[in-house]
Amino acid sequence: MPIITDGAWGTQLQAAGLAPGECPEAWNLTRPAVVQAVAAAYVAAGSKVILTNTFGANAVVLARHGLADQVTAINQAGAALSRAAAGSGVQVYASVGPVGRLLSAGEITPAEVRAAFHEQIAALQAGGADGIVAETMADGDEAAIAAEVANELGLPVVLSFTFDHGKAHDRTMCGLTPERAARIADEAGADGLGANCGLGAEALLPVMQRLRAASTLPLWAKPNAGLPVLAGGVTVYRSDPLAFAEHSRALVGAGAYWIGACCGSSPAVIAALQSSP
Amino acid sequence: MADLAKLRDAIIDGDAKSAKAVTEAAIAEGMDPQTLLSEIMIPAMDVVGSRFECGEYFVPELLIAARAMKGCLELLRPLLAKNGAKSAGKVAIGTVKGDLHDIGKNLVAAMLEGGGFEIIDLGVDVAPEKFVAAVQEKGATIVCLSALLTTTMPAMKDTIAALKATGLRERCKVMIGGAPITDAYAKEIGADGYSDNASSAVALARKLSSAAA
Repeated sequence: MPIITDGAWGTQLQAAGLAPGECPEAWNLTRPAVVQAVAAAYVAAGSKVILTNTFGANAVVLARHGLADQVTAINQAGAALSRAAAGSGVQVYASVGPVGRLLSAGEITPAEVRAAFHEQIAALQAGGADGIVAETMADGDEAAIAAEVANELGLPVVLSFTFDHGKAHDRTMCGLTPERAARIADEAGADGLGANCGLGAEALLPVMQRLRAASTLPLWAKPNAGLPVLAGGVTVYRSDPLAFAEHSRALVGAGAYWIGACCGSSPAVIAALQSSP
Repeated sequence: MADLAKLRDAIIDGDAKSAKAVTEAAIAEGMDPQTLLSEIMIPAMDVVGSRFECGEYFVPELLIAARAMKGCLELLRPLLAKNGAKSAGKVAIGTVKGDLHDIGKNLVAAMLEGGGFEIIDLGVDVAPEKFVAAVQEKGATIVCLSALLTTTMPAMKDTIAALKATGLRERCKVMIGGAPITDAYAKEIGADGYSDNASSAVALARKLSSAAA
């Protein structure tokens, strides 16, 4: 049986009034009840691992919002809110996203990335995270640093990459193949490896199969749940929870140990996963 | 003689130091800066672009090559200005209001600059009025709008509306791009074009510029 993780957070916060351009992670401090309600909705839908509202809460990204001095407070609160919603039967894997500057293009130094991740992950640990998922990763060195920092702090860590580049949509933005991503996860001492975002559940299958063939680590899958379409000037995700659940079964068949959903998903999608073993 | 084949390779390989050294040597020998730009450097960036399109290069290689190109352009620019050379076009580029993502926008700006365009980089979270001002006050002939989020896509439509409202829509071409953007969306909001990657954005800008000329 796979472990069911959660779905999208950003769209849930937008539904609660988060404005475009507003820093979602700041809501951990300013609208904590709303953030905790998102976590609780996923727990109620059947998630056994939930994430946190901390994807962009590293100092490099928060600096764009003028919040670089709030890293510790935002992450600690984010982990604590998910922890409180999780109760005893659900684990909290805290979300760590990219710093937004490409290490492999020399836009930032390894020491700067390490410092940013260390500050963020230490605060997530203090807030009660059971583990870390470094997600939507594209740059191998950046992902490896996230894993090394989590290891140093004694937290389990999953490295999850986004494969949405290249002709076959089987490369990350920085050109990593599933095989290369697997080697990076193994060498960095990660506890899990996977893919999120970028592709839908059906398109993710060949990537999952290649990850399985290239690594013995438990696999994490969080595909997008639908394609954005414009309806009357407003963007909506056209997703079908039942079809998603069916394609997700194939991902589990290919070896996914954790299964959840990324952009376009909601607690309804998680509930559909939960009720279709 | 400056080794122009080495300059071409240095740009393609993203070797900024060699690219700059050869450019300096060529300038010292009195080589025409426009010839250097249009016969060596821009074709080298076109090779980089086509390698990206065929999946041989990825984002980091593109950024590193563009940086090597930029170093050379900085040496050439004062000379080109002195000779009264015209750029391929003046581009105002930015990530639309409410959106703070800039990797894609920077990539397109770098490739357009490498393609001979003059770039006015307005940054991220750019309000429609700022694009309007770039056309009105700085004479931008191409406006490039970037959005990574589905929730900020509507700001592209708002920006085009602001250009219309100020009577500037006919004075510029509008190109849009970003992960959630499609050709259908470009048509729906009345943009002049869409490209799905930084390399094809250069081709599109060239096409739109020649259509406008």
